[in-house]
Amino acid sequence: MMTDGTAVAFATAASSDRTDGRSLGERIVGSAVGDRVYVAVITGFAICVPVLLLLILLEVAIGGWPALREFGFGFLTSSEWDPVRHQFGAAPAIFGTIVTSIVALVIATPLALGVAIFLSEYAPPWLRQPVGFLVDLLAAIPSVVYGLWGIFVLAPVLRSHVVPFLKVTLHLGATPFFSGPDYGRSVLAASIILAIMVLPYISAVSREVLLAVPRSQREAALALGATRWEMIQKAVLPYARSGIIGGVILGLGRALGETMAVTMLIGNRHEISASLLAPGYTMASIIANEFSEASDDMHLSALMAVGFVLLVLTLIVNAIARWLVWRVGRAPGVQR
Amino acid sequence: MIHTSRFAVAAGVLAALAFATAAPAQGVDLTGAGATFPNPIYTAWTHAYDLATKVKVNYQSIGSGGGIRQISEQTVDFGATDGPMSDEELAKAKGGAIMHFPTVLGADVMIYNVPEITQPLKLTGSVIADIFLGKITKWNDTRIATLNAGVRLPSADILVVHRSDGSGTTYIFTDYLAAVSPEWSTIVGKGKEVKWPVGLGAKGNEGVAGQVKQTPGSIGYTELTYARQNKLPYAHVQNAAGKFVEPTIESITAAAAGVKLPPTTDYRVSIVNAAGADAYPISSFTWLLVYRTQTDPTKGKKLKDFMRWFYAEGQKSAPALDYGPLPAALTKRLMARLDSIQVSGTK
Repeated sequence: MMTDGTAVAFATAASSDRTDGRSLGERIVGSAVGDRVYVAVITGFAICVPVLLLLILLEVAIGGWPALREFGFGFLTSSEWDPVRHQFGAAPAIFGTIVTSIVALVIATPLALGVAIFLSEYAPPWLRQPVGFLVDLLAAIPSVVYGLWGIFVLAPVLRSHVVPFLKVTLHLGATPFFSGPDYGRSVLAASIILAIMVLPYISAVSREVLLAVPRSQREAALALGATRWEMIQKAVLPYARSGIIGGVILGLGRALGETMAVTMLIGNRHEISASLLAPGYTMASIIANEFSEASDDMHLSALMAVGFVLLVLTLIVNAIARWLVWRVGRAPGVQR
Repeated sequence: MIHTSRFAVAAGVLAALAFATAAPAQGVDLTGAGATFPNPIYTAWTHAYDLATKVKVNYQSIGSGGGIRQISEQTVDFGATDGPMSDEELAKAKGGAIMHFPTVLGADVMIYNVPEITQPLKLTGSVIADIFLGKITKWNDTRIATLNAGVRLPSADILVVHRSDGSGTTYIFTDYLAAVSPEWSTIVGKGKEVKWPVGLGAKGNEGVAGQVKQTPGSIGYTELTYARQNKLPYAHVQNAAGKFVEPTIESITAAAAGVKLPPTTDYRVSIVNAAGADAYPISSFTWLLVYRTQTDPTKGKKLKDFMRWFYAEGQKSAPALDYGPLPAALTKRLMARLDSIQVSGTK
């Protein structure tokens, strides 16, 4: 492969240097054929992706159809998941997927935005590169490593420090959201690990969007006597708003589908509980847990149906996000 | 000229792709897939067999369910499972009759984390069932206390930890509980995944062992080897003869020796709660799945040779990997049973 590449580079260099006897017109025709091939190839690639998505959607819909037909709407509302008696309801998993993702975003968004604003507006150039690089690197850590870190580091810290602080010092133990004992595997633990995992996505997108805000925008605000924070708040952030929301949505998509780390930390219990300290379940976790050992047809179909619901949920979330970005982009008061 | 160089690029890419795709799928004589529980010993066997005979066997531990699906679809030469196939599953196999061959024995052990208890805890099947049903919730419950006279039990809550992923380990455990507790049998039943009345689900043996290790007051079940590796205490469990037995290689093998198999058996038998004074009650076979009729004569012969080898030689490496070797009498019967595998082209 390496030798091939070198040979090609040589050939290209030689051909561009050589002056052959062809007219300019001939050369343009020659390259126009190349253009057409190029357009055809990239069009093909571009079509491949949506076709692939549709095929996956079709495949899980067909696979999940027997379960969806058997349980109907109850598949979405029932908490009964009993492989022995072939009863399947995905309500706790749907609930858990949405709750962990939302809590993760609530934690991650302010942090990520802070990182992005610091890096784009305040950090000296010598700090910007290494810090930005390290934050981006969070995205490169395999999720099983996050899961192990969660089990051996995060869960014990939550149990010994964070949860007592929330329950006793902040008196949140009396609210339903932090009631019950903490065993280290909980919706809260899963949400926090998710927050760390989606943070680099949100911060990377936000940073790039903030850096793309034109100089004139900032200079105008400063010229009007704004302080630096006022400039960021009034001139930079509104300009970048739709891009930042796009970054948050990217993070949300990641959170909805994350499997391994969540499975290791959420406690895997088919139960809907208001308490963040209780164990829960997510849709991706059910599939990861049960797919390899499911040999019964209805069980397999139920797992496919869970995949279908997850895919549809993700599509709905993305559609809402598109609409939000579009709305915000058109909001009055933002001059582009 | 520009397009010629593009052509060269395309040709180079194609050549590279051809190289990349041609590399694998070479030199493998037999392919099998299935259960993760016996994977360590199967891997050891295939390696030793390759060194001894130059026959390469590729085993993929994708889970029992996957193993059953793949052998049924005939995409592998043999399957492997921790729970026997059901009659429905057998009926769906595309290549005809599938035979179950026990290979080694495994056991589930009850691990717990109660720092106050210094000597091995004693448990009976019905107490374990009631703990996992959520009926016994405190460590100092009288039913635990009467089994462990003289042990100071704490008043702490019991946290039940079970597997979240489908597994043969869960199958063995629930098979045992269903055998000893009618209530478990009606409320929960047995399977690789069940609807757990109480507790937390942890992924994999290592997940259960890790959770129990971290949480005082917890109890869970893992394969013997994980309890040993994690240096967790494990309970002595009362067997059918009324004796409290420590899970060891010998007591696991004793469980298989205690089961009387008729000459016509298809070996889809459970050996939980087996008879025999020294039998450890939460023990089980793990099986290899092969078609009775082998359509490929070369592969069929290689498969039979491999199986004959692991019954004769492979059993010796089982104890070192924390598996129970099959009792000698059973190994002899199974080697004779290999003759009933028909390889087309030969008799």
